[in-house]
Order: sequence, then C-alpha cells, then structure tokens
Amino acid sequence: MNNQNYELVVVGGGPAGLAAAQEAYDQGIRDILIIERDFELGGILQQCIHNGFGLHYFGEELTGPEYAHQFIKNIRERGIDIKLDTMVLEVTPDKKVFAINSDEGMIEIDAGAVILAMGCRERTREAIDIPGSRPAGVYSAGTAQRYINMEQWIPGEKVVILGSGDIGLIMARRMHLEGAEVEAVLELLPFSGGLTRNIVQCLEDFDIPLRMQQTVVEIKGQDRLESVVVAEVDDNFKPIKGTEYEIECDTLLLSVGLIPENELSEEAGVEMSSITGGPIVNEGRETNIEGIFACGNVLHVHDLVDWVTEESLIAGKTAADYLKGGIAKRSKAIDVNPGENVGYIVPHKITNKVDDRKLVNLYMRAKQPMADVKINLYAGDKKLLDKKARRVEPGEMITFPVPEKMISSNDISSLKVDIVKEEK
Amino acid sequence: MNKKYDVIIIGGGVTGCFIARELSRYDLNIALVEKEPDVCTGTSKANTALIHAGFNADSNKLKGRLNVRGNKLYHERVQHELDVPIEWLGAMVVAEDEADIPKLEAILANGQKNDVPDLEIVKGDRLYELEPHLSEDAVAALYAPTAGIVNPFELTVALANNAARNGVDVFLEAEVEDIEDKGDHKLVKTVKGEMEAGLVINAAGLYADKIANMVGIDKFKITPRRGEYYLYDKKMELNLQKTIFPVPTEVSKGIVVTPTDERNVLIGPNAEEIDNVENKSTTRKGLDKVMEGANKTVPGLSKKGIIREFVGLRPAIKETGDFLIEASDEVSGFINVAGIQSPGLASSPAIAEMVVGIVKEELGDLNEKSDFDPNYQGPPKFRHMTHAEQAKLVEENPDYGQIICRCETVTKGEILDIIREPVGARTVNAVKRRARPGAGRCQGGFCEPKVVSILAEELGIEENEVCLESAKSKLLKEKTKAPLLKEVAK
Repeated sequence: MNNQNYELVVVGGGPAGLAAAQEAYDQGIRDILIIERDFELGGILQQCIHNGFGLHYFGEELTGPEYAHQFIKNIRERGIDIKLDTMVLEVTPDKKVFAINSDEGMIEIDAGAVILAMGCRERTREAIDIPGSRPAGVYSAGTAQRYINMEQWIPGEKVVILGSGDIGLIMARRMHLEGAEVEAVLELLPFSGGLTRNIVQCLEDFDIPLRMQQTVVEIKGQDRLESVVVAEVDDNFKPIKGTEYEIECDTLLLSVGLIPENELSEEAGVEMSSITGGPIVNEGRETNIEGIFACGNVLHVHDLVDWVTEESLIAGKTAADYLKGGIAKRSKAIDVNPGENVGYIVPHKITNKVDDRKLVNLYMRAKQPMADVKINLYAGDKKLLDKKARRVEPGEMITFPVPEKMISSNDISSLKVDIVKEEK
Repeated sequence: MNKKYDVIIIGGGVTGCFIARELSRYDLNIALVEKEPDVCTGTSKANTALIHAGFNADSNKLKGRLNVRGNKLYHERVQHELDVPIEWLGAMVVAEDEADIPKLEAILANGQKNDVPDLEIVKGDRLYELEPHLSEDAVAALYAPTAGIVNPFELTVALANNAARNGVDVFLEAEVEDIEDKGDHKLVKTVKGEMEAGLVINAAGLYADKIANMVGIDKFKITPRRGEYYLYDKKMELNLQKTIFPVPTEVSKGIVVTPTDERNVLIGPNAEEIDNVENKSTTRKGLDKVMEGANKTVPGLSKKGIIREFVGLRPAIKETGDFLIEASDEVSGFINVAGIQSPGLASSPAIAEMVVGIVKEELGDLNEKSDFDPNYQGPPKFRHMTHAEQAKLVEENPDYGQIICRCETVTKGEILDIIREPVGARTVNAVKRRARPGAGRCQGGFCEPKVVSILAEELGIEENEVCLESAKSKLLKEKTKAPLLKEVAK
C-alpha cells in the first residue's frame, strides 16, 4: 500500500473540485490533491461543447471545455497536485482516502480535510419504469453526448427525446446538427425543467416539436429500437388510456433527471438530505463530519455551472479556514427551512461565525412555475426581507442573499423562505 | 469449423453447457453450437437464479426427481469445482392465513416424498428469526435450508469455459438452419457452415421444438411462459436473509422475493403463456402484478431503488408440464432435452448426468480422459477484496488499477480477463454478465462507452460493430460528421 499525506484532498476534478481547490490554494493552503477518475480534468464540461457557460461568472459566453480550461489553467499555475485516471474507492470518517490507479496502485491518503465534488449521474429508464423490450438504442442523454462529442460516434438516426431538461434540449439540437432526425422532445410535466433560452435556441430555432404532458409508455424493438409508444398523461402523471400513439425511431434519449453521486459520502457517514439527494451542509458547505465538505452537483443538482463555481469557492474557502485553525461557531445554529412553493434550500443550516461576512446566499428551487412573485424570508413568524421576481421556474435556481446583520443576533434559530403570488 | 464430431450439442444455455462439460470428461469429439454471440442469452439469463430445494415439483415427474438430485450435485460437486457464486440461504414458503397451513403440510409431504432433506414447518418467533422482513401477517412457513441461490450467468459461462478447456469446440453465432439425417450420422447446417456427428443433443430451450422438427420429430411443442421481474439497487436497506415464496395457488407458484448473489433484491416472476418466443417485453400489467405479489410476503417494497426490469421466458411443454429428456424413438442418434422450465437451473447438473447416461446407452461405454479437469477458476473479483488484496492485485497487473465501472467497482483487468477466456465476451451484455460493468445503479451510463471501446480494441473491430446482445443489436451508427459529409458530397 502506497501511503501519502495531503492537507486537502478534493474528490473529483470537474468544475466543483477545480474551483474548490483553487480557492483553498488562494486562501493559503499549499498541500492540495485533486483526484479525477477520467483521463483529463474538467468533468462533464469537457463533453458540453455548446456555448452558454460563464455568463454570470466570467461575464462572457464560453463553451464547456473553455469554461473548464480557465480553471484547469489556474490549477496548473498554482502547481496543485493532480491524479488522473484515479478512482476513489473509499473515504473514511477520519478522512482517510483510498484511491487506485494503474501507475501507483492502491494509495492510502491521510487527509486533513476532504472536499466531495463527485458530481451526479443520470436517471435511467428503470428509474422511471418504462416497460417494453430491451433493444440497443436506448441511452441516457449524457451518455449519447459522450459518444458524440468525445468518442465521435453517432448513436442513431431517428431520435425521440424524453425529458425537456437542459441535457435533453441540448442533445436534441446536437443530434439534429449531426444529421439525425429528431422526431420530438416529450415532457411529462406541464412545464419544461430546462432553461428558457435552451428551449428557444435548441428546439424552436430548429423546428423540433416539444410535446408537454406526454411520456413513453412502451419501448419496442427486437435487436435495435424500432419505435416507442407515447401517451398523454393526466395531472398525476398517469398515462391517459386511448391517447397512445407510436413514433418510429431507432434511438431514445432519456433526460429524466440527475442524481447526486453520493456512495462515497454515505459510506463515510455523511448525513444526507432525502430531497436534494446530497449531503446536509452548513453555509460553509461543511457536512456533519468535521473537515468533510461538499459542493457542486454532488450536493444538489445545479442548472448553471456558474453557480457550481460560486458554491465551490465557498467550500474551498471554508476548508482552508478549517485547516488554518478551525472555524468559530455561532452559539446557536440557524435551521434554514423551505416554505410554500420552495423545493429545497442550500445551505440547510447556518452555524458559523465569520467576522468579515457581509451576507449569506441562500440557493433554492421553486416547486412550481409562478409569475409575479414575492420571495419572503422569515425568522420564526417575523418577516425579515422580501424580494420580487417576475417569474420563478423549477429549472432555474434562485439566489437569495441574506445580509449578515439580519441574522447575526443569537436569538434567531430558524429561517424560512416562501414564494407567493405578489398581491397587487 | 472441424466438420466431424461424435456429439453436437445445440444450445448454449445452462443445460447445453452442463451437458457439454459433463461429456467432456470422456474421450469424445464434441461441438456446442449457439445461435447468439454468447452463451446464456435465453432462459438461462433471465430467471429467479435459485437452486430450489425440490419440495414443489411433482415426485411422479422427472422434475421432482432431477431437482433434488441437482441440488445435491450442486452441494457435493459443483460448488467445489466451479468458481461460481453459490450460497445456501434457504427458502421459506410463507402462509399468511391459518387456512393455508394444510397447504404447507401438503408441500412438506411432497418434499419428503422427493427426499428433500431437513424440511420443517416453522411458526411464531422462529419465522422472524429466520427472516426479520416477513410480513406481520405471517403465521407459518415451510423452511427448506437446502435451497440456494446461484449466479446463473457465471455458472453457464464457467461451464462453457470449463468444457472448452476440456476440448469442446464452442461455436457462437452459429444458428442451426437445418439438420439432415444421413443414416449413420446427422449433418447439422449452421449459418457458420456444416458439421456432422453420430449423435445430436437438442438443448435449444425455447427453440427445441423447432430443432426437433428439423429431423421430423413433432411430438412436443414449446409454449413460452413469460415471467417479469424487478431488480433493486444493492444499496437498498433490505438485508434479506432467505428466499421467500408465498403459498402457491392453483395457477402459480407466486411472486418470489430473494436476494441475489450480489445482494440485490430480486422480485418476480408472474407467469403468462405467450405465443412468440421472441417476445421479451415487460408490460405495465405484469410488472404491477409482480410488485403487488412481492408486497404480500415482504411489505414496504416500492419502485424506489429499482435498477432493472426484465423478462424471462420459460420453455414449457404445456401438455406434460415436465422435462422431456430422452433418446428419440423416432430418429436414432437424436436426444431431446426439452421443456426445461423451472426448476431447470436447479436440476441442470442432474439433467447433464442423466444425458450422459443416455449417451452411454447410445454410444456404448465411454473412456474417461485422464486429463479432464473439473475445476474452473474465474477472474478475480476486485469488488469483493480488501484494500490490501486489491493493492496486491494491482501490483501484479496495472490493469486492475483502472476502474471502468464505478457502481460495481469493476476493473479493466477483469474485463480483459473475461474477453480473453476461451468462451470470451464479445458483446456489451456478455461483458456485463461475466464482470458486472453496467449491472449497477447507473446501468452503464458512465461505463458503457468504455466497455465498447475495450471490446472494439480487443476484438479488432470498429466501435460501431460492437453489439449490445444479438448480432443485430449494434449500439452506434457511424462517425460524427459522416451523414453531413455524405450530404455535401451529393
């Protein structure tokens, strides 16, 4: 066994891990290791060759690889250690990291702190329980994206896409541009989970139909996919009898949601949220295990990488603070709870006492789309703050900055946010 | 293709492979032909993966006799000779109504008649000591400690490889198109060419009637019986101890809830007669029935955590409800091994033993080979090792340091090993059956492109020639830009 020591080990070299490592370095930590399972840094950004990344963080529109490159360059310049083609097998509660690769074999690393940044995986056909046969030609949208953009193979010619999340929308355009016929994008919900700009730029601009409240109820084909049976669904997402119709296709791409990849976190004993599928964290993105942090899609699924970066910088800074001598705690933690029409809020609690802090950002998702809303922040029954928004969409994360001075009082033990129709 | 054999076995399921392996003990020239690109692609790959104790099967039928004998052979020989996951968890038939207890007693009596050892009826606290997850409504259970679970993929592959190492020629993608009776021998015409043998063994599973028809035998008909299943993520917190059956009804054995060798929970099957042997589609109705049935004995199961749904087709001979294992009295040199429905997997070692007996009757006494090796050792299983063992393995071969499938922790080394075996994997599903990449919760989302590229490299083919399962199930069409370049050229 090959034994090593690092002050900070970052598990995952995608956008979250890169930003977290960079920030920890800039906060004075020098002994950092990033472990990445793929052959290069950048994570899923490397297969996202479309543009639209970085508008918030860099103030310009970049492709996925370009966005990743900015951080990869920064990591290289700082001389941060990287292990590529390396899989982390286990993280223990006392922050031992077991990893393996072909060059070094099994590596046991004693880490001072660990940042979990493993990202997420895609939900499968089984997760949404589509019956039928099991032919070739059924892919998750991200797998198809990897085949096309990384491996340079087109998976099929006649495509149906189930799910109008961003990956589904992006892949509709991508398949179209590669010469495939995209028959339709189907969406179970009455609204799309994708960004509005993607609906316009990926579907409308190419006349690809988006059919709401429809789903695939059967997959047909002996060897290769031959067709899918589609039905309309009612308000409880149950297929409506008699509305079935068949679409001939050789490829079905599934864009039906992402699941944070938390097997390592769970084995380490990290406490999880059943709503986000990720760890429960404080505002510094620290988990219930001291010195283990989480950020990016492993924590909750983001729509924009810019927010992943923002969140990961927070995790990187707190990890650095932790390593430099610990973090002062509030005398009483504040629980942050979602109220009406709020799916979840990250962080789940505010526990730290940070002297120079001006505000704490709450990141949240609406459950339902709603126009002309007021987002209200309460401490107990007392309203602290509100903010108007023209529209909220479940697919677009809401950032709600809370001024430190409003929560600095030790009397506050819980915060709640709700999203309601603005009374006119 | 070596043209002359003593014996040709048609069908690379567990039955055909077991027969091949048992016959390879003797000084015989043997071929096994299989229509798919892998062994274990029909009934053997999609079933409940159980080594039944043998209390259910009618003692007046072959099934009753061979199940118990098969179970015994698994205990005495198979588990020691073949490196295949086999565990003796035991099974319980659970009654939830006092009125069903006489039915348990009847099964007990039938089991005892079949010589199933150590059967008992358990009640009260003992029920939950054996299986804490049983429904509160359980009143009694028939407990069979000799029931077991087996990995049917690894078993069939182990048998095929062991047979091949002992001299059997295994031909894949060699669908039999016709058989000509030439008097003293049969000419077997496959899509890969012709071969002949004095003795043909028909172990073609769902296609056994079709094969028999080729030599003019039409005394039996295979009726496919469809069974649907759900498989759960091994992460699910349901640490089942036993295989759980409900009390059977007139129509069905009921929905089984069982752990697999990898500690996934498997529920199913329903049973529905269908007319198309190619129809391997799950249905909404069938799957809902499976879920409902499973909840009767183990409450609280839901769709949460399901990672796979699949269909198994059992090749039943409806008219007899039994196995048909005999040298044909109509056509000499032709042995039918047909109707191998449940408990076929459990019976397979005994079926092979019986077929060897029939072969001896046909060909006279056989000479045992001195160099026959009954043992098969599969590739190492990285996921089941301690970190220290893993470290040692990687030191010996760096390919074991490259994890291809994270969900199941499968290394490149293991994938290369199983591709390079005598009956090696050539398709994505064949790789999955042997080494498990793609068998976990992401169902190949991350590892499938990597497996495709390893297969392409090892087999010396392009990625778009790599198949999922059948030879027509290609995964990829063409290189990016190719359709556009074609359009430009026009």
